Amino acid sequence: MYVAVKGGERAIDNAHAFLAEERRGDPSIAEIGTDQIREQLRLAVNRVMAEGSLYDPDLAALAIKQARGDLIEAVFLIRAYRTTLPRLGHAKPVETAQMAVTRRISATFKDAPGGQILGPTFDYTHRLLDFTLMANGEAPSAPQAITKAAPVPHITTFLGRDGLIEEARPDDTPPPDLTRQPMELPASRATRLQAITRGDEGFILSLAYSTQRGYGRTHAFVGELRIGLVEVEMDIPELGFTICIGEVELTECETVNQFKGSRTEPPQFTRGYGLTFGQNERKSIAMSLVDRALRWKELGEDFTGAPAQDEEFVLMHADNVQATGFLEHIKLPHYVDFQSELELIRKLRAEAMAQKEAAE
Amino acid sequence: MDKSPQMSSPLPTQMARPDWLGLLARSRPAHLAALMPDPLPDHHLLRAPEIGAVMLRGRAGATGAPFNLGEMTVTRCSLRLSCGTVGHGYVQGRDKAHALRAAALDALLQTAAGEKLQSRILSPLAKAEAEARQTRAAKAAATKVEFFTLVRGEDA
Repeated sequence: MYVAVKGGERAIDNAHAFLAEERRGDPSIAEIGTDQIREQLRLAVNRVMAEGSLYDPDLAALAIKQARGDLIEAVFLIRAYRTTLPRLGHAKPVETAQMAVTRRISATFKDAPGGQILGPTFDYTHRLLDFTLMANGEAPSAPQAITKAAPVPHITTFLGRDGLIEEARPDDTPPPDLTRQPMELPASRATRLQAITRGDEGFILSLAYSTQRGYGRTHAFVGELRIGLVEVEMDIPELGFTICIGEVELTECETVNQFKGSRTEPPQFTRGYGLTFGQNERKSIAMSLVDRALRWKELGEDFTGAPAQDEEFVLMHADNVQATGFLEHIKLPHYVDFQSELELIRKLRAEAMAQKEAAE
Repeated sequence: MDKSPQMSSPLPTQMARPDWLGLLARSRPAHLAALMPDPLPDHHLLRAPEIGAVMLRGRAGATGAPFNLGEMTVTRCSLRLSCGTVGHGYVQGRDKAHALRAAALDALLQTAAGEKLQSRILSPLAKAEAEARQTRAAKAAATKVEFFTLVRGEDA
């Protein structure tokens, strides 16, 4: 039975007005500008860009303001917006070897060519609340050092020279796009990487952590973590040549993992890969661990039943917009569904009571 | 495109078209507008400024098979000047006026006036970009770890 129910429009309008007022907070306190969010809450902006899968710091800042700081809601707003944009094409794969690094560290080689560059990191801070930030302080300024324009090669290239690590062979297979075609399982590594880089940071972090605790262990070291700006290049048909169409900040992580070797491969290290929008290193490291765990089949390892090895489990649950949509829809009116359940349980109870009475 | 490490933008006397298109794509809209104020030269729009998305790609293991990383907002515009020269603008972000200005400048740079505009508009843009990159690189360089080994007990 379908029952059309009207009403509630006034309540909804007023609820939205109440939401707008609550969003603004105490009007005697200055309103926050989206430019302030973009500049001063940059890691929140980065997370919304990564999971919203759209690089645009201004839009991410607006989404954060509109969502009152609820980052999953902000990701939802960005995803909804991006569906309205025409796709102008695809860029050439970014050249992360050419990255202008602001941070670059290796946990495997102390004296890596290019050096260990700490950059703007929370590492080595004491995690004590800094009360000077509560007062309006001066704009701090960072020291500068003379730079030499030296290349910063990927760490894995050193191991690769001696054949100690698996190669990432050049390949130009066009990748499937899960925003255009439904995801198919088993998925290619390209699909997995796309799903993980836009997946929920908390979910990917927990899966990565589970592999470290023994659920699909891969013995990962951070071979290299680098953060910086890369240029985006695209072939423009009307021009007939390639141009740079912008510049994006990315975080890249390459893990070096233990591997025993197989019948076809000599013992060598294997690799996991993480790449995300913005400065986003927790996500990028977690991504590379989960990427490596999901490669068990290709590397001839055992499936131990660990969640991080289970492609379907990982890929079907990583998207927080899908997850929150399904989770939260159960709070919306289900009056008719519930009415039928109520009738059923009343009937079952009546039958059970009748049987009990008959038995007595 | 320039492929030197650290993406340092050269400041040549004459920039090639792919290089100036890239510089305009990355430039700050306000900076370009200040260097090239309205009115724009007479033109006919071939493609009105259009906001869209471009899918960015990475490579597994940095050098392997490509995968889709996520999209980026881009605005594009094409026009023809009254002299017949066609200009294209592809700029990062959603600023339609910026894309229009970039397309107009791309056309003008191909005309006889190009040489003058190179020094009046492109040079300041390239200089600002090079300075911003240099400052960022210098701050990063200041955080480079200089390891030293402490004298160990058995060596003393």
